[in-house]
Amino acid sequence: MQTGEMVKEMSVEELTKLYRQMVLIRRFEEKTNEMYHAGHIGGYCHLYIGEEAVAVGALNALQPSDYVIGAYRDHGHAIVKGCEPKHVMAELFGKATGVSKGKGGSMHMFNREKRFLGGDGIVAGELPIAVGLAYSIEYRGGDEVVLCFFGDGAVNEGGFHEALNLASLWNLPVIFLCENNLWGMGTPVSKASCSIELTERASCYCMRLGKVDGMDVLAVLDTTRRAVKYCRNTRKPTFIEAVTQRFVGHSVSDPQIYRSKDEVAKARQRDPIDTLKNQLIGEGVKRPDELEAIDEDAQREVDDAVEFAMQSPFPDADELCSDVMDTEYFSAETK
Amino acid sequence: MPTLTYAKALNQALIEEMERDDSVFVCGEEVAKWGGSFTVTMGLLDRFGEKRVRDTPISEEGIVGLGIGAAMAGLKPVVEIMTVNFIMLAMDQIVNHMAKLRYMSGGQVTVPLVIRTPGGGGLQMGSQHSQSLESMFVHVPGLVVMAPSNPYDAKGMLKTAIRDNNPVLFIEHESIYNTKSEVPEDEYFVPIGKADVKRQGDDITIIGHLKMVNVALEAAERLESEHGISAEVIDPRTLAPLDTQTLVQSVKKTGKAVIVQECWPHCSVGTDMACTIMSEAFDYLDAPVKVISSANCPFPYSRQLEQMALPNVGTVIDAVKQMLGK
Repeated sequence: MQTGEMVKEMSVEELTKLYRQMVLIRRFEEKTNEMYHAGHIGGYCHLYIGEEAVAVGALNALQPSDYVIGAYRDHGHAIVKGCEPKHVMAELFGKATGVSKGKGGSMHMFNREKRFLGGDGIVAGELPIAVGLAYSIEYRGGDEVVLCFFGDGAVNEGGFHEALNLASLWNLPVIFLCENNLWGMGTPVSKASCSIELTERASCYCMRLGKVDGMDVLAVLDTTRRAVKYCRNTRKPTFIEAVTQRFVGHSVSDPQIYRSKDEVAKARQRDPIDTLKNQLIGEGVKRPDELEAIDEDAQREVDDAVEFAMQSPFPDADELCSDVMDTEYFSAETK
Repeated sequence: MPTLTYAKALNQALIEEMERDDSVFVCGEEVAKWGGSFTVTMGLLDRFGEKRVRDTPISEEGIVGLGIGAAMAGLKPVVEIMTVNFIMLAMDQIVNHMAKLRYMSGGQVTVPLVIRTPGGGGLQMGSQHSQSLESMFVHVPGLVVMAPSNPYDAKGMLKTAIRDNNPVLFIEHESIYNTKSEVPEDEYFVPIGKADVKRQGDDITIIGHLKMVNVALEAAERLESEHGISAEVIDPRTLAPLDTQTLVQSVKKTGKAVIVQECWPHCSVGTDMACTIMSEAFDYLDAPVKVISSANCPFPYSRQLEQMALPNVGTVIDAVKQMLGK
């Protein structure tokens, strides 16, 4: 469907939600960058600035009971799937109130209740696990699907190929969504993959393939909706390549010596937030001042999240070695 | 009491647990139609159907990941990796995922996955098919590592592994699948983290796991009858968490310890036990703890060379005699 038609067909609430979620992620990530450089956040920290349309578009195509698992650039996915921004920020601060009690960090956001199963720090590590989640659904005869996010670098890992083969062989309902931001750290896709068409890399696994403009939230939503519907009805996997751009470095400490400032400036001209903003104003869905109010509201939520993280306690020392194992081992007496 | 082989005892454990709990399923290479490379899953396909007994492609990383995902979603998978040598292809899933998801998620996610896999040498399988790699898993926090030496323990331990909430590496041994022992018909469980004193003795403690328990027991019999030495033999059964108390208590009684393992000598289960004993029972020791390991080389094919590489009854007897000055 043309995205212009979608703007006409979708409700104001739905469209506003997409806009607000993208803005919320943008403000959240800008603040995360600031807090990192102020010394409140440590370790690796990968920002989603520029790529917001992919997570927002794709996740809005799901039902709450559907599973989501993804890679390490996961703050945005976690928020859209239902983690509160304040708990995500607290996790970044390493606080006890974080989504993973401060034990996971930037790359390991989790919310089991909302069926967001991480944040994986190993490239392609989440793909075989996504297949297992889907197997559990089929095993129980459920109608949920699994949406699995990964980057362009993952298509060169063995786990990618094993997972796609298994999912197709066994007819498992996984939507494999490749977020192709054109760079694996500082290596362009053309230097890493034998084909720059990443759908080609998945083309031998006998599954339906799709490619979408990952800078257009409505296009991502439309493509993912169709994939979800197909997956839910046929119980077969699909593969989507969403071509996107990160406007910032691979991580907060990346000086980006491998690409030109022009490239980034050009990418920013296709800012997914501006694109939707113009559509909403152009079609008369929202007035500029209404969108500004949404921006301010999102900024307030992010500021509150930082305040919450600041005020939260660090984990107690006894948390260090808890959650390693269930130390109440099974024994016949306790059965 | 019926006598069963190690393979059959494991098979019974799987059948009992699958009959009891619909969420238990088995998958791996050749586990269904073939019945498992070592016959452990024989007959399960006919009994439980393809959904619960599933042949997989040769995709170790994929299979283990599949088990992790299914376990995270509440199922109880028992994944077979044909031999521990092939588990190297799945190490990322085991070390970076299976062992850490609970911790990284602040305790939200549990991974009640059992990976069954046999290791060990002595069958002229060459360098890539004869290894004992359990030490690698013991090194990683977050995993239970079990290693039964006989049919009774094998059944009771596998049933416990399946019921437990933790990820379990269940290490078997390729050359003891046909050994037999009595296995009760009534249901029983062997607890996690509980060593077993396989033979009482006063002069020296010999510790071994998997096939080396049999080697230690045979050495102990000969030490008694040929040299009048009374050796206590302990099988830790669970390698992680280790029952240090039972080991230390025995050494406090005997004052001497020999550890025998098929692992290589460095950074191994055996050297770690030696460290524990020296830390916790140093004042009771009459001699330095001796660790007998496989030779520090890849396992050779030639029968003559392979026998030299592996510990045996003779090497254990020699070590004990030397320690006791006999």
